[in-house]
Amino acid sequence: MWTFFHKLASPPHFYDLAAKFIPWFAVIGSVFVIYGTVAGLFLAPADYQQGDAFRIIYVHVPSAYLSMMAYMIMAVSAGIGLIWRIKLSHAVAAAAAPLGAWFTFLALMTGSIWGRPMWGTWWEWGDPRLTSELIMLFLYFGYMALRAAIDDTAKADKASAVLALVGAVNIPIIHFSVEWWSSLHQGATLVREGGPAIQTGMLYPLLAMIFGFTFIFGALLLGRVRTEVLFRERRSRWVRKLVLPAGDLG
Amino acid sequence: MSEILDMGNYGAYVWSSFGLTLIVLVACVIQGRNRHKSVFNDVRTRIRSMEPE
Repeated sequence: MWTFFHKLASPPHFYDLAAKFIPWFAVIGSVFVIYGTVAGLFLAPADYQQGDAFRIIYVHVPSAYLSMMAYMIMAVSAGIGLIWRIKLSHAVAAAAAPLGAWFTFLALMTGSIWGRPMWGTWWEWGDPRLTSELIMLFLYFGYMALRAAIDDTAKADKASAVLALVGAVNIPIIHFSVEWWSSLHQGATLVREGGPAIQTGMLYPLLAMIFGFTFIFGALLLGRVRTEVLFRERRSRWVRKLVLPAGDLG
Repeated sequence: MSEILDMGNYGAYVWSSFGLTLIVLVACVIQGRNRHKSVFNDVRTRIRSMEPE
């Protein structure tokens, strides 16, 4: 068990293994997303209150879920890197940030587009759910800007890890904002007392989308971690072997 | 067909949400690939420049 983890955390081994997993993740993710999109747009019945506008849920919820999941991956990896000094975990944290920012952007945009016909407004300043999600976007930007400002990778890892961990306090705030304060945003659909508040014809495409998005996110994340590892290991022998064509080894 | 596109008068909202999501996902794939290529090439240039001829 431990030798497995030890081997996994070794950069060259991870670099090769990730390359094998990426296409599988991409294919599995795409299959579920294609099913979820077709079923969500055309097969699921229209909502009795929101009509066809509710179909935005099929892109909004997976994006919002992954925007938070990416932050947790970033903060936990950064914390592990800080405490146990595992190099690979800092690479994971650094790789998760831009993806998290993209999914946060998607959650905000699709939420805004959904809000216009349902709430009559694109955006409501001071709304707890909307504001805390926007703060998360700025946390991602701050994290990336801080990393970009520090040339020394080890120092950038430490400083940005502290920022990621402090900012993690925002995650429960986002999640519980719709319960703690009054918000325009509707309450939880899936993870709530008494089970999901949605009928199965609407539920299955949503679960497929969440599942599919997660795999696509996984493929994107593994790809970005590989890039990070390649750069961080640029002085090592295995990278030298990797980037120089076979006859060029000297 | 127009009924499908219409989405009960919410067509513009529904389709723009799905379209934007598709664009961002594709952009993520392209951005990741480009970055990997450019880092790979930078690392190679750097290693070559250090090699004794």
